[in-house]
Amino acid sequence: MKIIIVGNGKTGYHLAGQLSMDNHDVTVVDKFPAQLRSSQNNQDVITYTGDARNADVLREAGVNTADLLIAVTSSDETNLLCCMIARELGAAHTIARVRDPQLLSGLSEIWRSVGLSLSVNPESAAATEIAHQLVLPAAVKVDFFAKGRVEMVDYTVPADSPLCGIRLPQLTQKLKMQILVCAAVRGDEVLIPDGTFTIQGGDRLGIAGSPTQIAKFFRLIDPTRKKAKTVIIIGGSTISYYLARLLEDNDMRVCIVEKDKARAEYLADALPHADVTRGDGSDEEMLREEGLDGGDALVALTNVDQENIVISMSAQARGIPKVITKIDHTQLSGIIFKANIQNVITPHLITAAHVLRYVRALESSLGSNVEALSAIMDGRAEALEFKVNDAFPGLGVPLRILKPRRGYLIACIIRGRQTIFPRGEDSIQAGDSVIVVTTHVGLNNLSEIME
Amino acid sequence: MNFSLIFRMVGWVLVALAGLLLLPLICALCYGESVLPYLYTILLSGVLGGLALLFIRPRKKALYAREGYLTVALSWIIVSLIGCLPFLFSGAIPRFADAFFETVSGFTTTGSTILTDIESLPRGILFWRSFTHWIGGMGVIVFIMAILPSAGSGSVHIMKAEVPGTSFGKMAPKLKVTAKWLYYIYIALTLIMVIFLLGGGMSLFDSLVHAFGTAGTGGFSVYNTSIGHYNNLYFEIVITVFMLLFGINFNVFFLLLIRDFKSVLKSDEMWTYLGIVATVSLVIAFNITSLYQNFAEALRYSSFQVASIITTTGYSTADFCNWPVFSQTILVLLTFCGACGGSTGGGIKVTRFLLMAKKLKRDLHQMIHPRSVKAIRLNGKQVEESTISDLTAYLVAYIFIASIGFLLISLDKGDFATSFTAMATCLNNVGPGLGAVGPTGNFSFFADGTKYVLSALMLFGRLEIFPLLLSLSPVLYRGR
Repeated sequence: MKIIIVGNGKTGYHLAGQLSMDNHDVTVVDKFPAQLRSSQNNQDVITYTGDARNADVLREAGVNTADLLIAVTSSDETNLLCCMIARELGAAHTIARVRDPQLLSGLSEIWRSVGLSLSVNPESAAATEIAHQLVLPAAVKVDFFAKGRVEMVDYTVPADSPLCGIRLPQLTQKLKMQILVCAAVRGDEVLIPDGTFTIQGGDRLGIAGSPTQIAKFFRLIDPTRKKAKTVIIIGGSTISYYLARLLEDNDMRVCIVEKDKARAEYLADALPHADVTRGDGSDEEMLREEGLDGGDALVALTNVDQENIVISMSAQARGIPKVITKIDHTQLSGIIFKANIQNVITPHLITAAHVLRYVRALESSLGSNVEALSAIMDGRAEALEFKVNDAFPGLGVPLRILKPRRGYLIACIIRGRQTIFPRGEDSIQAGDSVIVVTTHVGLNNLSEIME
Repeated sequence: MNFSLIFRMVGWVLVALAGLLLLPLICALCYGESVLPYLYTILLSGVLGGLALLFIRPRKKALYAREGYLTVALSWIIVSLIGCLPFLFSGAIPRFADAFFETVSGFTTTGSTILTDIESLPRGILFWRSFTHWIGGMGVIVFIMAILPSAGSGSVHIMKAEVPGTSFGKMAPKLKVTAKWLYYIYIALTLIMVIFLLGGGMSLFDSLVHAFGTAGTGGFSVYNTSIGHYNNLYFEIVITVFMLLFGINFNVFFLLLIRDFKSVLKSDEMWTYLGIVATVSLVIAFNITSLYQNFAEALRYSSFQVASIITTTGYSTADFCNWPVFSQTILVLLTFCGACGGSTGGGIKVTRFLLMAKKLKRDLHQMIHPRSVKAIRLNGKQVEESTISDLTAYLVAYIFIASIGFLLISLDKGDFATSFTAMATCLNNVGPGLGAVGPTGNFSFFADGTKYVLSALMLFGRLEIFPLLLSLSPVLYRGR
């Protein structure tokens, strides 16, 4: 597809890289040439300097033949305006990043009528992601497939876990439940485990199963961990606001610590059920004094990555069971790994994942048939949901004969109301939904996974 | 430094070279000459490349500027080493220093020769000699980018290092598509030229080799007196026009193809280049009128020579060593000027001079009005300051390489004009110089050492200095 990305910030850069690797023709437009330099050097994309609110600039970038325009500049208004102009000039689809809910609420009909295909709110998306993690305490990250009938969680095995030393084929018998380990990170390597894989302490596993089975799994392997009851949020950003709302809906107690007086007062007003404290969240003594040094979970959401890292490290040292850290700069991942910070949230990656999911789905209407896509294991593997149609060449062939290529795994088959974790005798039939886990990026068609 | 990735790329280059060598083999077959020299070279190149591709599996795919520069430098040196084998195996050029010089001169599209009697060589060898121009003109790496199934995102560093000009402009979002378009345009223009030459009654073999020489802006001819051999006005006009066309930035042709005429009109570089050609041709014609029957005939010879030198092709129809010193000086200056960036021509390039002139104008203005802020614009767009500072670095490096080259050549027996123009003509990939290396002379009298120096200068010129200079400097290998 021909895709134009407006705004080459963190999200735009990440999207440009991913989409060009997925073999799309990507054009990047930014007002500042300096923003475009790393794209020119490191990505297979074409760049234009100019203000994308100017129709001539968009025309030069080829908007009239574009299949999709993604506006991710720092300004909501610019993004919406670009999408409107692009639609007028002939772009088939448009996506805008809109941070301020005021711009969209109540006007959704109007925006749809001018042709906005999708709007992404990074803060709200990040908050949703964090809320999922707090509801399932031991998991790092949760993805949903088949309208929520299948969940995929990201779980790091502790060194003293009863799972250690179990070979995968024995796992279901031992636990007496229907779950599947479909991806694993061991050391630096991401792999799709086969029958010979033995679980070790420190492995990061991608586990798929129905929501009840997954919940059962976590109860079984770690009975001490429960759903968080009290959540401390350090930093009163927009994400904090959305998160507090979501957690309150789940009957959790929320405490927010915010440095700025005006912001703290605003939050106290907007979130009547939350407990807002004014103070520096990295000051441990203050937290002790205010009784905020405990809690079941802590979320570090200040605007400074370094502060978030320090806050998280000290919370982990205090023994808080679940600590989630917001990190904006992916370049810091080395330090984070060393500091043993496990639950990292990066809003721009979440935004990019939403957009990528949409692009894949859009592509499905143009030839491939991806229904949903999730980047798992820090984007080093993907889980994709396909709808099987009559054209699939392997219909009815048992999977033991229809061998997938290395690095591809058919994780589950959803047939009607049934969810099947396939074995050698099972087969794919027309009308099924199939979830495939792979370490190869850019899978577009189910038939590509076979030898 | 990701060496395994670099060697794999070089492996591709060798395999591609083996494939390209099939053409002279076919040519030799048609003329009933021995095909063994080509066969041996194809086997060697193919086996070496194949082994590299089979056994070198890079674990990391990351490719940065340093890998790009080294890949290009290594590829060009290896291609020159393998490319000279047919000359050696066939006995056409028995000595290695000579064969290497001739091959480098071919691939870098210089067109300087060490041969004293070209016409006595076998047809297959003459074909290969001219075909190296065609390969080197657009570049081996660009060719590989166009055919390789998946060029990684870092490949832009390799393309940048090989394609001449101040900045590498993509035509399409995908590098592979850009490389393909470059070759489509290149092949199409070459074919059109062959048709024009055939139409004028030139034999197929002559048409092909002269089209190769023109397309790559190389200048190897199959006759001792170059294009002057025909003494045919039609051929001269066709070759002049096509030499000028191949000296234009290929992006312009692409813009014409997508019917973006507005941007073509805005191309400052192209208009400056054509303006220089027109002005200089007229000035030289006036200067040499007394040597010819009338002004029209003087213009015929001056325009051909000017087009040939400014595009750095190096064909000749007249011995300009007999022209007045004024005209000779202009031609030597044109040697340095060169064609447009993004073309197959060599030299410093019109863009660089244009940008330098604009910078000088601005700097002079700022000396009087220190607070004034002015942007430099080219083709209707603002030029980044970093591009301009890169340009200064380029010119300094250029002068440095030129001085060292000149100094080393002056150790040999040529006089001042011969030594200086030999350096200039090789570094700028033109072909003929003045004195003993003029249009009727050749480079055979130089000592072996001088031939290697000249070969190095040609490679420096074709790759625009930095890839080779960086490959020779420890900065590239130091891991900080």
